Amino acid sequence: MTERVAIVGVAQTRFAPKRVDVNYGEMAYEAISQVLRDTGLTLPGDVDNAISCSHDIWDGQTISNIGITDVIGGHLRSEEKMALDGTTAVYYGMVGILSGEYNCTLIMAHTKMSQTNRNIVNNVAFDPIYTRMLGFDYTSAAALQARRYLYKYGLTREDTARVVVKNLANARHNPSAHQVGVVTIEDVLSSPAVATPIHRLDIAPDTDGAVAIIIASEERARQITDKPVWVLGIGSCYDAHYLGDRDLANTFALEKAAGRAYAMAGIKNPRRAVDLAEVGEEFSYQELLWMEGLGLCERGEAAKVVASGATAIGGKLPVNASGGLLSGVPINVAGLNRVAEAVLQLRGEAGERQVRGAKIAVAQGHSGFCGQHQCVVVLGN
Amino acid sequence: METKTEYQPFEVDQHLTARGNYWAGKAGSRFFVSIRDKKKLLGSPCKTCNKVFWPPRSICTFCFGELKEMVEIGPLGTVETFTVVAYAEPIHPRPAPFIYAVIRLDGADTGMAHFLDEVEIDQVRIGMRVKPVFATERKGNILDIRYFKPL
Repeated sequence: MTERVAIVGVAQTRFAPKRVDVNYGEMAYEAISQVLRDTGLTLPGDVDNAISCSHDIWDGQTISNIGITDVIGGHLRSEEKMALDGTTAVYYGMVGILSGEYNCTLIMAHTKMSQTNRNIVNNVAFDPIYTRMLGFDYTSAAALQARRYLYKYGLTREDTARVVVKNLANARHNPSAHQVGVVTIEDVLSSPAVATPIHRLDIAPDTDGAVAIIIASEERARQITDKPVWVLGIGSCYDAHYLGDRDLANTFALEKAAGRAYAMAGIKNPRRAVDLAEVGEEFSYQELLWMEGLGLCERGEAAKVVASGATAIGGKLPVNASGGLLSGVPINVAGLNRVAEAVLQLRGEAGERQVRGAKIAVAQGHSGFCGQHQCVVVLGN
Repeated sequence: METKTEYQPFEVDQHLTARGNYWAGKAGSRFFVSIRDKKKLLGSPCKTCNKVFWPPRSICTFCFGELKEMVEIGPLGTVETFTVVAYAEPIHPRPAPFIYAVIRLDGADTGMAHFLDEVEIDQVRIGMRVKPVFATERKGNILDIRYFKPL
């Protein structure tokens, strides 16, 4: 039975606002066929388990993986679906390998946000008895969290706007990104208000795309690649569902998930150990909040760290060198994209967005409004 | 790679309409009847954890103990956070712009997310004291509170 699990291949579609040319299975296959080509592996022979990651309501089909078992090599074989963020699919796949049941697992996340209305879809995530009827969606809920966070630490919209400026500039170096460019703090501040304090440019745009990775046991990984990226630690944690149950400016679940991941990786001081972070900022304020929850800085200090330039690509601790979710990554796919970007960095294959000498990376994903469920993956080369 | 196709992309329309009726449960049933018939708000106390929950529930979030009692909470409360929503969606029961807030009702340890109204948008503050405005015709749902307004 293996002690370690490695990521041996990653592939991503180009992320686009609207893919009219493919259905979701065909889009998923673009990433799957690419990762198979890159690793030299074939379906069905080399891969003994497959996990897909999406959400039924986005796909318009109950248990939506039943419609795409063919493209993921699941026909008459093992295939299961993770209906949480892509990071959690990594967790699930890793458990299967560590148990000794599987040796080589294909994990694929896909979502086409263009095919329906995100606010109506996300409204269904709210409990039907007390909250849904009020009309909440992820953006209006996030706005409540953003306001609470800014209030608690005396921050301003300029502080969160700096995240947008940094990430969209980083995205210029990412060929997969679709929302890229040189924006100023003023551009962000003057973009239309959506749900205050969140404005249009503070929000990750609707995006279609898929990511596929292959993970393997240590022995199998060494056969497949000379550049394995090890999953050094992983942890997940849930917080309460109701908006009023949590102090929205706090990150208890993320702290616990990160604590578990760091402990597994043997990391005592993440600020010293971690070379780069890829975090799931569906909204600009979340990059700051998640940095704090990941222990990458003191509580309430992330805005200062970003303003200092330390999280830029050439900084001490680059955060979202890829451009993050603000550059256009679909919901559900977000976490697997964080993992894939971290892997590219650790293999030295991140092109113009490469962080020099990166050895340890942390990738974070979350599901539910205001980051209710958190999953943290620590990766090393 | 999404641009060049040798075919005319074809879109299949789907429109689902499903009516859902959800039983409110042990605590929720008492909450909704109380708000409908008496305009009184109920929460669930956990004596072990010394906390009172809204929404009312049958299991304590922290100690997993069964909660059988209910206590009256509010009706006054304090704004913990808020947002002005500028966009319109068919899921919204009110036309935009409108204000959402999380309100900590007096006597409760968790907040209630709801609407805020009868206040100028630039006058809303965290820490503001508010009270509920009940609907005249109450149906036993969360909109039996039309919104909260400043004291």
